[in-house]
Amino acid sequence: MRDLRLAVRAGGGFGLGLAFFLIVTVMVPFSVGPESDLLARIAPGVLWLGALLSCLLSLDRLLALDWEDGSLDLLATAPLPLEAVVSIKALAHWITTGLPLVLAAPVLGVLLNLPLEGFKWVVISLLLGTPALSVIGTFGAALTVGLKRGGLLLSLLVMPLYVPTLIFGAEAARRGAMGMQVETPLLMLAGISAGVIALMPFASASVLRINLR
Amino acid sequence: MSLNVSDLRIARGGLPVLEGISFQLPPGQALILRGPNGIGKTTLLRTIAGLQPPLGGSISGGEDQIAYAAHSDGLKFALTVSENLRFWASVFGQRSITPALKAFNLTKLQDRPAGALSAGQKRRLGLSRMMVTGRPIWVMDEPTVSLDQDSVSLFANAVREHLAAGGSALIATHIDLGLEATVLDVGPYKAAPLEFDDFDGGFL
Repeated sequence: MRDLRLAVRAGGGFGLGLAFFLIVTVMVPFSVGPESDLLARIAPGVLWLGALLSCLLSLDRLLALDWEDGSLDLLATAPLPLEAVVSIKALAHWITTGLPLVLAAPVLGVLLNLPLEGFKWVVISLLLGTPALSVIGTFGAALTVGLKRGGLLLSLLVMPLYVPTLIFGAEAARRGAMGMQVETPLLMLAGISAGVIALMPFASASVLRINLR
Repeated sequence: MSLNVSDLRIARGGLPVLEGISFQLPPGQALILRGPNGIGKTTLLRTIAGLQPPLGGSISGGEDQIAYAAHSDGLKFALTVSENLRFWASVFGQRSITPALKAFNLTKLQDRPAGALSAGQKRRLGLSRMMVTGRPIWVMDEPTVSLDQDSVSLFANAVREHLAAGGSALIATHIDLGLEATVLDVGPYKAAPLEFDDFDGGFL
Protein backbone atom coordinates (compact mmCIF):
# COMPACT_ATOMS: atom_id res chain seq x y z
CA MET A 1 0.00 0.00 0.00
CA ARG A 2 3.02 2.24 0.35
CA ASP A 3 3.22 2.26 -3.39
CA LEU A 4 0.52 4.91 -3.35
CA ARG A 5 2.50 7.27 -1.16
CA LEU A 6 5.58 6.58 -3.15
CA ALA A 7 3.85 7.32 -6.42
CA VAL A 8 2.37 10.50 -5.03
CA ARG A 9 5.64 11.78 -3.64
CA ALA A 10 8.06 10.52 -6.23
CA GLY A 11 5.80 11.25 -9.17
CA GLY A 12 5.59 14.95 -8.58
CA GLY A 13 4.24 15.46 -12.08
CA PHE A 14 0.59 15.85 -11.30
CA GLY A 15 0.72 19.58 -11.81
CA LEU A 16 1.27 18.88 -15.48
CA GLY A 17 -2.12 17.34 -16.18
CA LEU A 18 -3.89 20.03 -14.23
CA ALA A 19 -2.00 22.81 -16.02
CA PHE A 20 -2.84 21.24 -19.38
CA PHE A 21 -6.52 21.04 -18.42
CA LEU A 22 -6.44 24.70 -17.44
CA ILE A 23 -4.79 25.72 -20.69
CA VAL A 24 -7.28 23.81 -22.85
CA THR A 25 -10.32 25.26 -21.15
CA VAL A 26 -8.93 28.77 -21.04
CA MET A 27 -8.00 28.69 -24.72
CA VAL A 28 -11.29 27.30 -26.01
CA PRO A 29 -13.27 30.57 -25.53
CA PHE A 30 -10.53 32.43 -27.40
CA SER A 31 -10.58 30.06 -30.33
CA VAL A 32 -14.37 29.66 -30.54
CA GLY A 33 -15.17 33.34 -30.12
CA PRO A 34 -17.21 35.34 -27.63
CA GLU A 35 -20.56 33.65 -28.17
CA SER A 36 -21.78 32.67 -24.75
CA ASP A 37 -24.65 30.56 -26.12
CA LEU A 38 -22.32 28.43 -28.19
CA LEU A 39 -19.85 28.12 -25.32
CA ALA A 40 -22.56 27.04 -22.92
CA ARG A 41 -23.57 24.34 -25.38
CA ILE A 42 -20.10 22.89 -25.89
CA ALA A 43 -18.86 23.42 -22.32
CA PRO A 44 -19.55 19.87 -20.99
CA GLY A 45 -17.89 18.29 -24.00
CA VAL A 46 -14.86 20.55 -23.80
CA LEU A 47 -14.45 19.86 -20.09
CA TRP A 48 -14.60 16.12 -20.73
CA LEU A 49 -12.20 16.23 -23.63
CA GLY A 50 -9.78 18.38 -21.65
CA ALA A 51 -9.90 16.00 -18.71
CA LEU A 52 -9.32 13.00 -20.97
CA LEU A 53 -6.34 14.55 -22.72
CA SER A 54 -4.71 15.66 -19.50
CA CYS A 55 -5.17 12.14 -18.19
CA LEU A 56 -3.44 10.81 -21.29
CA LEU A 57 -0.57 13.22 -20.86
CA SER A 58 0.59 11.73 -17.58
CA LEU A 59 0.20 8.07 -18.51
CA ASP A 60 3.61 7.30 -19.94
CA ARG A 61 5.25 8.22 -16.64
CA LEU A 62 3.02 5.78 -14.81
CA LEU A 63 5.14 2.65 -15.13
CA ALA A 64 8.08 3.87 -17.22
CA LEU A 65 9.81 5.46 -14.22
CA ASP A 66 9.65 2.23 -12.25
CA TRP A 67 10.90 0.33 -15.26
CA GLU A 68 13.89 2.62 -15.68
CA ASP A 69 15.12 2.47 -12.11
CA GLY A 70 14.55 -1.27 -11.90
CA SER A 71 11.93 -1.23 -9.18
CA LEU A 72 9.41 -2.91 -11.46
CA ASP A 73 11.59 -6.04 -11.61
CA LEU A 74 11.93 -5.98 -7.87
CA LEU A 75 8.20 -5.45 -7.34
CA ALA A 76 7.52 -8.41 -9.61
CA THR A 77 9.60 -10.67 -7.37
CA ALA A 78 8.05 -9.24 -4.20
CA PRO A 79 5.25 -11.06 -2.36
CA LEU A 80 2.74 -8.53 -3.69
CA PRO A 81 0.87 -9.90 -6.72
CA LEU A 82 1.33 -7.80 -9.84
CA GLU A 83 -2.43 -7.36 -10.06
CA ALA A 84 -2.29 -5.48 -6.76
CA VAL A 85 0.70 -3.45 -7.92
CA VAL A 86 -1.06 -2.24 -11.08
CA SER A 87 -4.30 -1.56 -9.21
CA ILE A 88 -2.47 0.60 -6.71
CA LYS A 89 -0.60 2.30 -9.52
CA ALA A 90 -3.93 3.10 -11.18
CA LEU A 91 -5.35 4.33 -7.89
CA ALA A 92 -2.34 6.55 -7.34
CA HIS A 93 -2.67 7.89 -10.87
CA TRP A 94 -6.33 8.65 -10.27
CA ILE A 95 -5.63 10.44 -7.01
CA THR A 96 -2.82 12.51 -8.49
CA THR A 97 -4.46 13.20 -11.85
CA GLY A 98 -8.16 12.29 -11.97
CA LEU A 99 -9.23 13.76 -8.66
CA PRO A 100 -7.61 17.19 -9.18
CA LEU A 101 -9.30 17.34 -12.60
CA VAL A 102 -12.69 16.61 -11.06
CA LEU A 103 -12.15 19.32 -8.48
CA ALA A 104 -10.92 21.83 -11.04
CA ALA A 105 -13.76 21.19 -13.49
CA PRO A 106 -16.44 23.37 -11.80
CA VAL A 107 -14.01 26.29 -11.52
CA LEU A 108 -13.08 26.02 -15.17
CA GLY A 109 -16.74 25.55 -16.05
CA VAL A 110 -17.26 29.20 -15.16
CA LEU A 111 -14.82 30.19 -17.90
CA LEU A 112 -16.88 28.24 -20.42
CA ASN A 113 -20.19 29.72 -19.33
CA LEU A 114 -21.42 26.31 -18.24
CA PRO A 115 -25.13 26.49 -17.31
CA LEU A 116 -25.76 26.43 -13.58
CA GLU A 117 -27.52 23.07 -13.51
CA GLY A 118 -24.61 21.57 -15.45
CA PHE A 119 -21.99 21.92 -12.72
CA LYS A 120 -23.35 19.09 -10.64
CA TRP A 121 -23.54 16.69 -13.57
CA VAL A 122 -20.11 17.53 -14.95
CA VAL A 123 -18.55 16.78 -11.57
CA ILE A 124 -20.57 13.60 -11.07
CA SER A 125 -19.84 12.27 -14.55
CA LEU A 126 -16.14 13.05 -14.22
CA LEU A 127 -16.06 11.44 -10.80
CA LEU A 128 -17.58 8.28 -12.27
CA GLY A 129 -15.56 8.31 -15.47
CA THR A 130 -12.01 9.29 -14.52
CA PRO A 131 -11.29 6.06 -12.59
CA ALA A 132 -11.95 4.18 -15.82
CA LEU A 133 -9.52 6.48 -17.62
CA SER A 134 -6.81 5.75 -15.04
CA VAL A 135 -7.33 1.99 -15.09
CA ILE A 136 -7.42 1.74 -18.90
CA GLY A 137 -4.40 4.03 -19.02
CA THR A 138 -2.50 1.72 -16.69
CA PHE A 139 -3.20 -1.12 -19.09
CA GLY A 140 -1.79 0.97 -21.94
CA ALA A 141 1.25 1.86 -19.85
CA ALA A 142 1.80 -1.81 -19.03
CA LEU A 143 1.62 -2.67 -22.74
CA THR A 144 4.21 -0.11 -23.74
CA VAL A 145 6.54 -0.29 -20.75
CA GLY A 146 10.13 -0.78 -21.80
CA LEU A 147 9.61 0.70 -25.24
CA LYS A 148 11.69 3.72 -26.01
CA ARG A 149 9.40 6.63 -26.86
CA GLY A 150 6.43 4.47 -25.96
CA GLY A 151 4.31 7.54 -25.33
CA LEU A 152 3.11 7.87 -28.91
CA LEU A 153 2.16 4.20 -29.18
CA LEU A 154 0.53 4.43 -25.79
CA SER A 155 -1.73 7.29 -26.86
CA LEU A 156 -2.72 5.47 -30.05
CA LEU A 157 -3.48 2.26 -28.18
CA VAL A 158 -5.42 3.90 -25.40
CA MET A 159 -7.45 6.35 -27.50
CA PRO A 160 -9.98 3.83 -28.88
CA LEU A 161 -10.39 2.33 -25.42
CA TYR A 162 -11.20 5.77 -24.06
CA VAL A 163 -13.95 6.44 -26.61
CA PRO A 164 -16.87 4.73 -24.79
CA THR A 165 -16.03 6.47 -21.54
CA LEU A 166 -15.84 9.81 -23.32
CA ILE A 167 -19.13 9.29 -25.18
CA PHE A 168 -21.16 8.38 -22.13
CA GLY A 169 -19.38 10.79 -19.80
CA ALA A 170 -19.78 13.79 -22.08
CA GLU A 171 -23.34 12.77 -22.95
CA ALA A 172 -24.30 12.61 -19.26
CA ALA A 173 -22.72 16.01 -18.63
CA ARG A 174 -24.38 17.52 -21.72
CA ARG A 175 -27.83 16.21 -20.83
CA GLY A 176 -27.37 17.42 -17.28
CA ALA A 177 -26.43 20.88 -18.47
CA MET A 178 -29.48 20.97 -20.78
CA GLY A 179 -31.73 19.91 -17.95
CA MET A 180 -32.60 16.59 -19.57
CA GLN A 181 -32.72 13.16 -18.04
CA VAL A 182 -29.22 11.83 -17.33
CA GLU A 183 -29.89 8.40 -15.93
CA THR A 184 -29.07 6.24 -18.95
CA PRO A 185 -25.65 7.61 -19.90
CA LEU A 186 -24.69 7.91 -16.25
CA LEU A 187 -25.54 4.27 -15.61
CA MET A 188 -23.63 3.20 -18.71
CA LEU A 189 -20.65 5.25 -17.54
CA ALA A 190 -20.74 3.75 -14.07
CA GLY A 191 -21.03 0.30 -15.67
CA ILE A 192 -17.95 0.89 -17.82
CA SER A 193 -15.97 2.10 -14.81
CA ALA A 194 -17.01 -0.80 -12.62
CA GLY A 195 -16.29 -3.40 -15.29
CA VAL A 196 -12.96 -1.90 -16.21
CA ILE A 197 -11.81 -1.61 -12.59
CA ALA A 198 -12.72 -5.23 -12.00
CA LEU A 199 -11.14 -6.73 -15.11
CA MET A 200 -8.36 -4.48 -16.35
CA PRO A 201 -5.84 -5.12 -13.52
CA PHE A 202 -5.64 -8.77 -14.58
CA ALA A 203 -4.98 -7.80 -18.18
CA SER A 204 -2.42 -5.19 -17.12
CA ALA A 205 -0.61 -7.61 -14.82
CA SER A 206 -0.38 -10.30 -17.48
CA VAL A 207 0.97 -7.99 -20.18
CA LEU A 208 3.40 -6.61 -17.63
CA ARG A 209 4.61 -10.13 -16.88
CA ILE A 210 5.23 -10.71 -20.57
CA ASN A 211 6.96 -7.36 -20.91
CA LEU A 212 9.33 -8.08 -18.03
CA ARG A 213 10.73 -11.23 -19.61
CA MET B 1 14.92 -25.13 2.11
CA SER B 2 17.43 -25.67 -0.64
CA LEU B 3 17.21 -24.41 -4.16
CA ASN B 4 17.39 -27.15 -6.76
CA VAL B 5 18.06 -26.44 -10.38
CA SER B 6 18.21 -29.34 -12.77
CA ASP B 7 19.00 -29.47 -16.46
CA LEU B 8 17.91 -25.88 -16.90
CA ARG B 9 17.73 -24.44 -20.39
CA ILE B 10 17.22 -20.72 -20.69
CA ALA B 11 16.67 -18.27 -23.49
CA ARG B 12 16.95 -14.57 -24.04
CA GLY B 13 14.75 -13.00 -26.67
CA GLY B 14 13.77 -16.47 -27.93
CA LEU B 15 17.37 -17.63 -28.49
CA PRO B 16 18.73 -20.29 -26.14
CA VAL B 17 21.80 -19.03 -24.28
CA LEU B 18 22.60 -21.65 -21.66
CA GLU B 19 21.59 -25.28 -21.32
CA GLY B 20 22.13 -28.25 -19.08
CA ILE B 21 22.68 -26.24 -15.92
CA SER B 22 22.22 -28.21 -12.72
CA PHE B 23 23.12 -27.27 -9.18
CA GLN B 24 21.89 -27.44 -5.66
CA LEU B 25 22.07 -24.62 -3.17
CA PRO B 26 21.48 -25.81 0.39
CA PRO B 27 20.93 -23.38 3.29
CA GLY B 28 24.07 -21.81 4.67
CA GLN B 29 25.97 -21.94 1.40
CA ALA B 30 26.83 -19.53 -1.33
CA LEU B 31 27.27 -20.19 -5.02
CA ILE B 32 29.27 -17.84 -7.19
CA LEU B 33 28.46 -17.70 -10.89
CA ARG B 34 31.28 -16.85 -13.23
CA GLY B 35 31.54 -16.55 -16.95
CA PRO B 36 32.43 -14.05 -19.66
CA ASN B 37 30.21 -11.05 -20.41
CA GLY B 38 27.14 -11.90 -22.43
CA ILE B 39 27.19 -15.59 -21.59
CA GLY B 40 23.77 -15.38 -19.91
CA LYS B 41 24.42 -14.96 -16.19
CA THR B 42 21.79 -12.25 -15.86
CA THR B 43 19.30 -14.30 -17.85
CA LEU B 44 19.98 -17.28 -15.60
CA LEU B 45 19.42 -15.21 -12.46
CA ARG B 46 16.23 -13.63 -13.87
CA THR B 47 14.92 -17.08 -14.71
CA ILE B 48 15.69 -18.37 -11.23
CA ALA B 49 14.06 -15.27 -9.70
CA GLY B 50 10.93 -16.16 -11.68
CA LEU B 51 10.89 -13.14 -13.96
CA GLN B 52 10.94 -15.29 -17.07
CA PRO B 53 10.05 -18.91 -17.77
CA PRO B 54 12.80 -21.42 -18.58
CA LEU B 55 12.85 -23.23 -21.93
CA GLY B 56 13.33 -26.54 -20.20
CA GLY B 57 14.45 -28.17 -16.99
CA SER B 58 13.18 -27.32 -13.55
CA ILE B 59 13.74 -24.99 -10.65
CA SER B 60 12.35 -25.96 -7.29
CA GLY B 61 12.46 -24.66 -3.76
CA GLY B 62 12.62 -21.04 -4.85
CA GLU B 63 8.96 -20.09 -4.65
CA ASP B 64 8.55 -16.97 -2.50
CA GLN B 65 11.97 -17.62 -0.99
CA ILE B 66 14.06 -15.48 -3.31
CA ALA B 67 15.13 -11.89 -2.92
CA TYR B 68 16.48 -10.63 -6.23
CA ALA B 69 18.90 -7.76 -6.76
CA ALA B 70 19.34 -6.65 -10.34
CA HIS B 71 21.86 -4.34 -11.98
CA SER B 72 19.74 -1.35 -11.09
CA ASP B 73 18.86 -0.69 -7.50
CA GLY B 74 15.22 0.32 -7.79
CA LEU B 75 15.67 3.50 -5.77
CA LYS B 76 13.32 6.46 -5.79
CA PHE B 77 15.53 9.52 -5.92
CA ALA B 78 12.92 11.80 -4.39
CA LEU B 79 12.71 9.70 -1.22
CA THR B 80 15.32 9.55 1.51
CA VAL B 81 17.48 6.55 2.21
CA SER B 82 15.36 5.36 5.10
CA GLU B 83 12.09 5.96 3.22
CA ASN B 84 13.36 3.86 0.35
CA LEU B 85 14.27 1.03 2.67
CA ARG B 86 11.09 1.32 4.69
CA PHE B 87 9.05 1.03 1.50
CA TRP B 88 10.70 -2.25 0.56
CA ALA B 89 10.48 -3.47 4.13
CA SER B 90 6.73 -2.89 4.12
CA VAL B 91 6.29 -4.53 0.71
CA PHE B 92 7.95 -7.63 2.13
CA GLY B 93 6.05 -7.30 5.41
CA GLN B 94 9.11 -6.65 7.57
CA ARG B 95 9.45 -4.05 10.30
CA SER B 96 12.93 -2.96 11.21
CA ILE B 97 15.40 -1.33 8.84
CA THR B 98 18.07 -0.44 11.42
CA PRO B 99 20.17 -3.63 11.05
CA ALA B 100 20.26 -3.12 7.30
CA LEU B 101 21.32 0.52 7.65
CA LYS B 102 24.01 -0.49 10.12
CA ALA B 103 25.37 -3.38 8.11
CA PHE B 104 25.96 -1.17 5.10
CA ASN B 105 27.14 1.88 7.03
CA LEU B 106 24.19 4.00 5.92
CA THR B 107 23.00 5.22 9.31
CA LYS B 108 24.55 8.65 8.86
CA LEU B 109 23.03 9.00 5.41
CA GLN B 110 19.51 7.89 6.28
CA ASP B 111 17.89 11.32 5.88
CA ARG B 112 19.67 12.11 2.62
CA PRO B 113 17.56 11.90 -0.55
CA ALA B 114 18.63 8.87 -2.54
CA GLY B 115 19.22 11.08 -5.56
CA ALA B 116 22.02 12.88 -3.71
CA LEU B 117 24.01 9.72 -3.03
CA SER B 118 27.13 8.69 -4.90
CA ALA B 119 27.05 5.62 -7.14
CA GLY B 120 28.69 3.45 -4.50
CA GLN B 121 26.34 4.68 -1.77
CA LYS B 122 23.34 3.96 -4.00
CA ARG B 123 24.66 0.47 -4.57
CA ARG B 124 25.05 -0.02 -0.82
CA LEU B 125 21.46 1.11 -0.32
CA GLY B 126 20.31 -1.26 -3.06
CA LEU B 127 22.14 -4.14 -1.39
CA SER B 128 20.86 -3.30 2.06
CA ARG B 129 17.41 -3.87 0.58
CA MET B 130 18.20 -7.59 0.56
CA MET B 131 18.38 -7.53 4.34
CA VAL B 132 14.90 -6.05 4.78
CA THR B 133 13.26 -8.65 2.55
CA GLY B 134 13.64 -11.35 5.16
CA ARG B 135 13.90 -13.94 2.41
CA PRO B 136 16.35 -16.85 2.75
CA ILE B 137 17.73 -17.04 -0.80
CA TRP B 138 19.58 -13.99 -2.09
CA VAL B 139 19.98 -13.88 -5.85
CA MET B 140 22.35 -11.09 -6.80
CA ASP B 141 23.56 -9.85 -10.13
CA GLU B 142 27.02 -8.26 -9.98
CA PRO B 143 26.46 -6.76 -6.52
CA THR B 144 29.91 -5.22 -6.22
CA VAL B 145 29.74 -2.86 -9.20
CA SER B 146 30.95 0.63 -8.17
CA LEU B 147 31.73 -0.45 -4.60
CA ASP B 148 35.09 0.41 -3.05
CA GLN B 149 37.27 -2.05 -1.14
CA ASP B 150 35.71 -1.29 2.25
CA SER B 151 32.17 -1.54 0.94
CA VAL B 152 32.95 -4.86 -0.71
CA SER B 153 34.07 -6.21 2.64
CA LEU B 154 30.94 -4.75 4.28
CA PHE B 155 28.94 -6.60 1.68
CA ALA B 156 30.92 -9.82 2.15
CA ASN B 157 30.29 -9.58 5.89
CA ALA B 158 26.58 -9.13 5.34
CA VAL B 159 26.49 -12.19 3.09
CA ARG B 160 28.52 -14.18 5.63
CA GLU B 161 26.08 -13.28 8.41
CA HIS B 162 23.17 -14.15 6.17
CA LEU B 163 24.72 -17.57 5.46
CA ALA B 164 25.44 -18.12 9.16
CA ALA B 165 21.77 -17.43 9.87
CA GLY B 166 20.79 -20.28 7.56
CA GLY B 167 20.27 -18.32 4.37
CA SER B 168 21.88 -18.94 1.04
CA ALA B 169 23.16 -16.75 -1.76
CA LEU B 170 23.55 -17.03 -5.51
CA ILE B 171 25.88 -14.34 -6.76
CA ALA B 172 27.10 -13.49 -10.23
CA THR B 173 30.35 -11.61 -9.91
CA HIS B 174 33.78 -11.19 -11.47
CA ILE B 175 35.74 -10.30 -8.35
CA ASP B 176 36.83 -12.36 -5.39
CA LEU B 177 34.57 -11.66 -2.43
CA GLY B 178 36.64 -13.69 0.00
CA LEU B 179 33.66 -15.93 0.69
CA GLU B 180 33.84 -19.66 1.27
CA ALA B 181 31.71 -20.49 -1.72
CA THR B 182 31.35 -22.96 -4.49
CA VAL B 183 32.12 -21.51 -7.89
CA LEU B 184 30.14 -22.41 -10.97
CA ASP B 185 31.56 -21.34 -14.30
CA VAL B 186 28.67 -21.16 -16.74
CA GLY B 187 30.95 -20.85 -19.77
CA PRO B 188 30.88 -24.57 -20.71
CA TYR B 189 27.06 -24.59 -20.66
CA LYS B 190 26.74 -22.27 -23.63
CA ALA B 191 23.80 -23.42 -25.69
CA ALA B 192 24.35 -24.73 -29.18
CA PRO B 193 23.14 -22.32 -31.84
CA LEU B 194 19.63 -22.95 -33.06
CA GLU B 195 19.38 -25.39 -35.89
CA PHE B 196 16.99 -24.26 -38.52
CA ASP B 197 15.55 -27.67 -39.16
CA ASP B 198 12.16 -26.18 -39.95
CA PHE B 199 13.75 -23.72 -42.32
CA ASP B 200 11.55 -23.05 -45.27
CA GLY B 201 13.61 -22.96 -48.45
CA GLY B 202 10.64 -21.46 -50.22
CA PHE B 203 11.45 -18.09 -48.74
CA LEU B 204 14.78 -17.93 -50.52
